[in-house]
Amino acid sequence: MSAEIHYISEPHPVSGVTNSKLGVWLFLASEVMLFGGLFSAYILLRTGVTDWPRGHEVLNVPLATLNTVILITSSVTMVMSWASLELKKFSKFRLYMTITILLAIAFLVVKGFEYAHKFDHHHFPSTSNFYAIYFVITGLHGLHVIGGIIVNAYLLLPGSKMWKTNPEQFTGRVEAAGLYWHFVDLVWIFLFPALYLL
Amino acid sequence: MTNHDHSHVAQTHDSGHGHKMPFWKKYIFSVDHKTIGVQYAVTSLIFLFFGFGLVSLMRWQLAYPGQPLPLIGGWFSDTAMIGGIMLPEFYNQLGAMHGTIMIFLGVVPLSVGAFGNYVLPLQIGAPDMAFPKLNMMSYWLYFIGGILMLASFFVPGGAAQSGWTSYPPLSVIASGGQTWWLIGMVFLINSSLLGSVNFITTVVQLRTKGMSFFRLPFFVWAQFVTSFLLLLAFPPLMAAGVLQLSDRLLGSSFFMPSGLVVNGAVSAVAGGGNAVLWQHLFWFLAHPEVYVLILPAMGIVSEVMACNTRKPLYGYKALVYSSIFLGFMSFIVWAHHMYLTGMGTTMSTFFQITTMIISIPSVVILTTLILSLWGASIRFTVPMMFALAFLPMFGIGGLTGLPLGLNAADIHLHDTYYVIGHFHYVVAPGTIFALFAGIYHWFPKVTGRKMNEALGKIHFYFSLIFMNGVFLPMLIMGLAGVSRRLYDPTQYAHALPTQPLNVFISISAWCLGLAQIPFIINFFGSIFKGKKVDDNPWQATTLEWSTPTPPPHGNFLKEPVVYRGPYEYSTPGQKHDFWPQSMKENN
Repeated sequence: MSAEIHYISEPHPVSGVTNSKLGVWLFLASEVMLFGGLFSAYILLRTGVTDWPRGHEVLNVPLATLNTVILITSSVTMVMSWASLELKKFSKFRLYMTITILLAIAFLVVKGFEYAHKFDHHHFPSTSNFYAIYFVITGLHGLHVIGGIIVNAYLLLPGSKMWKTNPEQFTGRVEAAGLYWHFVDLVWIFLFPALYLL
Repeated sequence: MTNHDHSHVAQTHDSGHGHKMPFWKKYIFSVDHKTIGVQYAVTSLIFLFFGFGLVSLMRWQLAYPGQPLPLIGGWFSDTAMIGGIMLPEFYNQLGAMHGTIMIFLGVVPLSVGAFGNYVLPLQIGAPDMAFPKLNMMSYWLYFIGGILMLASFFVPGGAAQSGWTSYPPLSVIASGGQTWWLIGMVFLINSSLLGSVNFITTVVQLRTKGMSFFRLPFFVWAQFVTSFLLLLAFPPLMAAGVLQLSDRLLGSSFFMPSGLVVNGAVSAVAGGGNAVLWQHLFWFLAHPEVYVLILPAMGIVSEVMACNTRKPLYGYKALVYSSIFLGFMSFIVWAHHMYLTGMGTTMSTFFQITTMIISIPSVVILTTLILSLWGASIRFTVPMMFALAFLPMFGIGGLTGLPLGLNAADIHLHDTYYVIGHFHYVVAPGTIFALFAGIYHWFPKVTGRKMNEALGKIHFYFSLIFMNGVFLPMLIMGLAGVSRRLYDPTQYAHALPTQPLNVFISISAWCLGLAQIPFIINFFGSIFKGKKVDDNPWQATTLEWSTPTPPPHGNFLKEPVVYRGPYEYSTPGQKHDFWPQSMKENN
């Protein structure tokens, strides 16, 4: 009986990818449609009214710039952690993955300060549609960051046992998590100019 | 592999129960695609009957408005019925939840979750889905979503009552059940996301040796295209749902315009929102959703027809290309649901043109299926009769849609009973008949026993008669101008002449419910008492019939190799009139 599922750790000869890599790409396609829907809503709401605030006048651009740098750096360290596995350097992987997670937490802390500042000034989703879309999109993006932290922490701690039994599949998992993490980064790169600068 | 069966019947029981697993792991939290398929089937059938129950209650109010519901009227609380007389709020809840449950918890989980899960890996020769654990998670998310929807009937203010479309601003100011509806939808959307990722990956990666894309049974193609629709069309509804939750819980006004008057007072929200934004996001999902409802049905009908006409499908490639084109076009027709929102003639013209274009692949598919009958020696089995009935029923559903796609005609017909008649013809005697065909067709593979023919035929004829008894008069009422979602049609002068039709529809609907009793008896009775059959009782060619029955964990005794296309029936020069895909030599 052949109960074994193929292409879990080795790529399919025709499609050239493993199951999980294709799965993550499909998931990201779906995510593009999710954030695409929200950005469409943002455009429609903004073009539909005359008094829409300029992002840089009401939001904290320096903090958001800092967050942009943090997130891009974390994408770089994510790649480094995957590359370390490709080079069979497991301790380097742990180092870079730890840095990635710490940077993600730093991003959330900065975001938390931003939110707290807004709440202090009584700016809530109910204040205006600008704040509403700001909180919804950045909040949903924040949830994606938290999801990334959970996945990466799993790969760093309990999930890394797989390195001993099936290094290829483990490397594939880290790569898949990396694809997701770059996507989260990319959403922020769209979100930052759309909300903070324009 | 001499013939199709017997050689491994003896091994079935060994391989099926080879490794002992505790009950909860084998049947409850199973990661086997077949068990998950059966879980989906049972759950979604229960939801289908529940959804039908809701509308049966509505039909009493429509036929005999203001009269107390006999027998069971006293069972309902005072927030639903007073002295057995239905309250308008409860009527609205029934309407909204009937649509929601039938579509998101009944038909889609049955056609994709159940049939897709059970049959698709078998037909492509895979041992399981690509991601078995995600598959299980998909089912349980669906289950939780369903429970939340059901539970919403018991929260203060009752279930969602703004229609299955949940149009704001009404849905934003509605009572608590709407929040449950939205959270339930978030679960269902995530469930379908996991399912569609799984289906697409499985089809791309796990086709067995020799199973090229153009040797896939059309059923697999239909599921494949459907998965792309679910993958890409649902997220915008997720976005819309998040925005509406924010409007309801955080007080934002994404969908609330400035100066909105609620109960005679100007609403306190900040305003500046756009109610039509919801409609755009909603229909961006909900139009592809129509094809999610119909494509798997077409896939099932194709399988059943090829097998029972004993000849190859006419124009297999035309079917495949049409379904791909259909899937693509379904993303750019959504605003034909919105001609009356005042979005402008340019937009209306664009969506009218795309809507007319999308009817072409649908007609191609229907035509190839009808032409497949030409010159065939048809076996009138129960699944084949349901499949045959699907053709004219879906035909009526499709053709009555054309006037709705033309914006001049839609001005008159929009939001009337004509619309209800139109889409129910597509989904009820269309898709649901195809689903019945699928149940009768694959039941022997799942259980090893056939369903009873006589009970099946009773079920079929009465269902066919009463389905038309329900939906044909609706088209007439709609042409007479009767609006949908009326709590009491007798309050409107223009609806009075067609009121006798309402009585007729209601009686037909209740009889349609009775006509399902033979099916229920047949379904459960056949599990234990049905006629035992071998592995390939219909003499079919596709791979699911070359496994032991029921297929063990891992499906195939050895990895199958595919040598030819899916529908080699009555091939000249062959001894038998079917030539299985995995049979190497001549037969």
